[in-house]
Amino acid sequence: MSQAAFEPRSEVPAIEVHDLTVAYRTQPVLWDVDFRLPEGELIAIVGPNGAGKSTLLKAILGLVEPLTGRVEVFGAPYRRRRSWVGYVPQRESVDWDFPTTALDVVLMGLYGRVGWLRRPSRSHTKRALECLEHVGMRELAGRQISQLSGGQQQRVFLARALAQDARLYLMDEPFAGVDVTTERAILSLLEELRSQGRTVVAVHHDLQTVAEYFDRVVLLNMRLIAEGPVATTFTDENLQRTYGGRLTVLARAAETLLENRRLDAPPEESTLARREGRGPWS
Amino acid sequence: MELTFTARNVLLGATLLGAVGGVLGSFALLRRQSLLGDALSHAALPGVCLAFLVTGSKDPLPLALGALGAGIAGSLTVLALVRWSRIKEDSAIGIVLSVFFGLGIVLLTHIQRLPGGNQTGLDKFLFGQAATLMERDLQVMAILGAAVMVLLGLFYKELKLITFDRAFAQSLGLPVRALEGLLTLLLVTVVVVGLQTVGVVLMVATLITPAAAARQWTDSLGWMLVLAGGVGAASGATGALASASVAHLPTGPVIVLVASAVLVVSLLAAPRRGLVRAWLRERGVEQRIRRENLLKDLYRTGEEARTDPYRLVPLPHLMGLRGQAFGALRATARRLERQGLLSSHDDTLSLTTEGFREAEAVVRKHRLWELYLTRRLELASDHVHRDAEAMEHALSDDDVARLEELLGHPETDPHGRPIPPAPRQPGGAPPSRGEATP
Amino acid sequence: MSPTLVVLTVGSLVGASCALVGSFLVLRKMALLGDAISHAVLPGIALAFLLTGGRAALPMVVGAGALGLVTVFLVELFNRSGRLAEDASIGVVFPALFSLGVILISRYASQVDLDLDCVLYGEIAYTPWDVWLVAGRSLGPKALWVNGAILLLDLALVTLFYKELKLSTFDPELAAALGFSPVLLHYLLMGAVSVTVVGAFESVGAILVVAMLVVPPATAYLLTERLGRMLALAVGIGVASAVVGYFVARALDASIAGAMAVVAGSMLAGALALSPSHGLVARALRHRRLGRWLTGRIVLLHLRSEGSPVSRDALRERLGWTRGRSRRLSGILHELETRGWVTRETEGLRVTAEGARAAEEHGGA
Repeated sequence: MSQAAFEPRSEVPAIEVHDLTVAYRTQPVLWDVDFRLPEGELIAIVGPNGAGKSTLLKAILGLVEPLTGRVEVFGAPYRRRRSWVGYVPQRESVDWDFPTTALDVVLMGLYGRVGWLRRPSRSHTKRALECLEHVGMRELAGRQISQLSGGQQQRVFLARALAQDARLYLMDEPFAGVDVTTERAILSLLEELRSQGRTVVAVHHDLQTVAEYFDRVVLLNMRLIAEGPVATTFTDENLQRTYGGRLTVLARAAETLLENRRLDAPPEESTLARREGRGPWS
Repeated sequence: MELTFTARNVLLGATLLGAVGGVLGSFALLRRQSLLGDALSHAALPGVCLAFLVTGSKDPLPLALGALGAGIAGSLTVLALVRWSRIKEDSAIGIVLSVFFGLGIVLLTHIQRLPGGNQTGLDKFLFGQAATLMERDLQVMAILGAAVMVLLGLFYKELKLITFDRAFAQSLGLPVRALEGLLTLLLVTVVVVGLQTVGVVLMVATLITPAAAARQWTDSLGWMLVLAGGVGAASGATGALASASVAHLPTGPVIVLVASAVLVVSLLAAPRRGLVRAWLRERGVEQRIRRENLLKDLYRTGEEARTDPYRLVPLPHLMGLRGQAFGALRATARRLERQGLLSSHDDTLSLTTEGFREAEAVVRKHRLWELYLTRRLELASDHVHRDAEAMEHALSDDDVARLEELLGHPETDPHGRPIPPAPRQPGGAPPSRGEATP
Repeated sequence: MSPTLVVLTVGSLVGASCALVGSFLVLRKMALLGDAISHAVLPGIALAFLLTGGRAALPMVVGAGALGLVTVFLVELFNRSGRLAEDASIGVVFPALFSLGVILISRYASQVDLDLDCVLYGEIAYTPWDVWLVAGRSLGPKALWVNGAILLLDLALVTLFYKELKLSTFDPELAAALGFSPVLLHYLLMGAVSVTVVGAFESVGAILVVAMLVVPPATAYLLTERLGRMLALAVGIGVASAVVGYFVARALDASIAGAMAVVAGSMLAGALALSPSHGLVARALRHRRLGRWLTGRIVLLHLRSEGSPVSRDALRERLGWTRGRSRRLSGILHELETRGWVTRETEGLRVTAEGARAAEEHGGA
C-alpha cells in the first residue's frame, strides 16, 4: 500500500486558518482562530468539550460556513484540494448497525475514483483489501460492521482513509474508545504516514498521550490558546489557560441545585444522588 | 384460479406496489425516516384534490402529479420547520401530516358539494380502494415504479454512502443535499403509486414493514433490498388474492396484516438476529454456568473438609452456598448426572472421577485469574473473587495456557489454596476413591 | 342549546383537552406516538361496538383506552428487542392495529352505521342530534357529556401530577432518582391520550385529532418558555382553532374538522413568522445583529493588533469577505466609525482607544 514519499511543497503550509469565526445560531463556537500548520507532522488538536474542535475540522473541510475568516489547504480552498485530503469522522457519528461489510466501508473511500454511475472494479476491491490488510483486518473483510468491536471499527475507518491515499488526514478522535492493542496499531500507522511525508491532524481526547504521540499541538477553547511543537507548547501554563475556568464537579452540582428550585422539586434531595445513564423509561 | 378483470388489476397493482415500496422503504428505515413516509402520504391528499379542481379530470396522471407536488411541499415544510424553529422533528411530521390532510379534507368535502363532484372518485385515496384500479392506473404505477427503480440503481452506491456516513460523503464532495432530495422524491413517488391501493393511513406499513422484516435476515444492503421487495410483493399478492376470494375483506388492511405477520416471524426466527435464537443461546450459556458452578461447589466442599473429594454432599448445603432454589439445583444436578459427571443418592450428590477433572478445570481458571488480578493488576486479594466468579466461565483453554505462562506456572492462589495442575501432568490424576487427601 | 352552540362547545372541549395532553406529547418528543394511538384505537372501538352491540360511550372509551395502552406497550416491545428503531416500531404497530380494526368493521359491522370515512375525519355537525337517552329522557348531546368528562379528567391529571409530569418531561433521570416512576407517568399520560382521542374521534376523526394534539401546543411552544403558560396558551389556541374553524367551514361549505386543522396550522404559521422570541422574523433580525456585532469585534481586534492603519481592501481580504458580504462590511465599518471606535485616515482605518477597549469587552463567550 505504500507510496513514494511526498516531497514537501516549498513553503506552503498544509493548513492555514485565517481569523476563523464560526457561530451556531447565536452562539460563537470558534472565535478568531488563526494558525498555520506545516506538512509532514502529527498534530493534535486538544481542548475541553464544546471547545470547537470538531467544528474546526468541519470548517477546514468546508462543511460549515464561517462567519468570518477562511481556510486554505496547501494554499487553496478545500474544494480544490479534495483529493489531497482524507477525513476520518468520529466513530460514533455513524450507525454501525447499517447492513454493510468492512470491505464495503473501505470501498466507500474510493467512490470519488470510481465515479458516478459506475460500480467499483476488481482493482478497486483489491486496493480496498490491501488497505484492510494494512490495518490487520483482512480476515474480517466480509464481516458485518455491527459485529466488530470498537477497535476493529476504528481500524476499518482508518483503512478507508488509507484507501484515499491522501496527503493530509483530518481525524476526529481516532483513539477514542479503542483497546490498547488497537491504540498501538493506530499510532504506528500514523507514524508510517508521517514517514511518507503525509500530514495528520487529529482531534485528541487524552491529555496523557499527547506529548508521546504527537509532534505539534493546537490548544483550543473557542479561541486559539496556543499552537506549536509539543515540547514548548504543551506546558502546564497553557493547559491551565485551556482547561481552567471550566466548571468543576462541585460547581456543577451547585448549578443543578439551583435549577431544581425552579422546577419546584423538593430541595432537600441531594443532586449528587443522580444516577448515571438511566434512560427515561427504564 | 379464475380471476376477474378487477381482481387481476388488484393483483398486479398490489404486487408492484409491494415490490417498489419494500425497496424504497428500506432506505427510509435505515435513514430513520419511517414516519416521514406517513406524513408524505397524508400530505398528498390536498395535491390530489387541487389537481382535480384545476384539470377537472380524474385521469390518474394529473392526480399523481398533484400528489407528487403536495408530497414534495410536505417534505420541504418538515425540513423548514425543523431548521428554522425550535420545533422538533416528530412534532414537525405530526404537524405536516395533520394540517395538510386537513386541507385535503376541506378541499375534498368542498368538491363533493360541487355539482358533479362525484364522491366515490377521490375519497378512494383515503382508504385505498384497490378494486377501482383501472388499466390506466396500472400504467401510471408501472411507469413511476420503473423510474424509481432505475434511479435507485443508477445512484445506488452514492445513496448508500449518504445514508451510512453523511459527513464523509460531504468531504468527498458528493452533493449530499441533492441526493437526499432525490431520495425524498423517490419516496414521494412511491407513496403516490400506492395511495389508491392501500390508502393514506396504511402507506407507511407498505414501506416499512417488509423492510424491517428483510433486515432481520441479512446483513447486506443489496440482499435486504431484494428481500424487502420480495416480501412486499408477496404480501401484496397474498392480500389481493385473499380479498378477492373473501367477501367484505378490503385489500389494503390484509396486505398490511400479512406483511406484519412476516415481520413477527422474522423477528423471532431469523438465524442470527432472531429473538428466539438469541434467547436460546443465552439460556444455553446460563445453564452452562450453573453446571460449572455446581461442580465447583462440590469440589470445594470436599477440599475444605480436607477429606474425601468424592464425599457425599447434601443438596441443602449446596443450596445454601449460593442461595439457589431446590428445583433449579436439582435440575442442574440431573443434567450433570446424565453427562456422567456426578452421581446422586437421595438428596446427596458426589463427583465422579470425570466430574472431578471437570471441576478441577473450572477451579483452575478461577484461581489463576485471581492470581493474575492480584499480581499483575495489583488488586487486593479480597477484591478478586467476584471477578473470577465471572471470568472462570469465559476463559478458553488457550487463555488459561497463556495465563499460566505469564504467571510462571504458579502453585497457589492469592488465598493460599492450591491451583489444580493442568490435566495429563504429573500429579494431575484425580485421587482414587476412598483415598483421603492429606 | 342551539345546534351551532353545541358544535362550537364540543369543538372547544375537544380542542382544550387535546391541547392539555398534547402539550406533554410535544415536549416529550412523542407526537408520533399520539398519532399512532389515534389510529390504533380503531379495533378497540370496533370490538366495543361488536361486543356491546351498540354505540354506548363507555365501552368505546374503555376499548379505546385499552388499545391505546396496548399500542404503547407493543411499540416499546418492538423497540426494546433491539431489532427495530423507535420510529420504525411505531410505523409497523399502528397500521397493523388499524388494519385489524378496518377488517373487523368491514366484515362484521358494515351494515351498521360505523362509517369508515367518519373514522378519518369525523362528523361534528351531527353531534347536536346524537343525544343521550336515559330512561326515555334526553339529557342532551352525548358529545357534550363525553368530551366534558374527558376534559375534566385531563385537567385532573394535569393538576394532580403537574410537578411529576413537569419533572419527568424535562429531567427524567432526576425524576427517577427522586422516586417518581417515569414508566407509570408515561402510561398514565398515554392512557389519558387514548381516552382523549376516542372522545375526539366522533367530532374530528382519527387524523385530525393529531392536529388538535400537536399543532396548538407546538404554536404555544413558539410563544413562551414556561410550562404553565404553554399549557394555557395551547388550550386557548385549540379553542380558537375550533371556533374559527367552524365558521370557515360554514363559509366554504366544507368539513368542519378539516377547517379546524387548517386554522390551527395558520395560527402556527403566524406564530412561526411573528413570535417575538422564536419567530423567523425575530430570529433573522437577531442573527443579523449578532453577526454584525461579532464581525465588528473582530475588526476591532484586528485593527488593534495591526497597530498601523489598515486599508478597507486589505481588511476585506483578511476577513475573507467578498462581493455580497463586502457591502455588509461597509455598513459595519460605518457603525464602528459612528460609535467613535474607529477613525478613518488616509492610509486606512485605525482603532481608537475606546475601540480597543470595546474589543476586549466581550472577548469570547
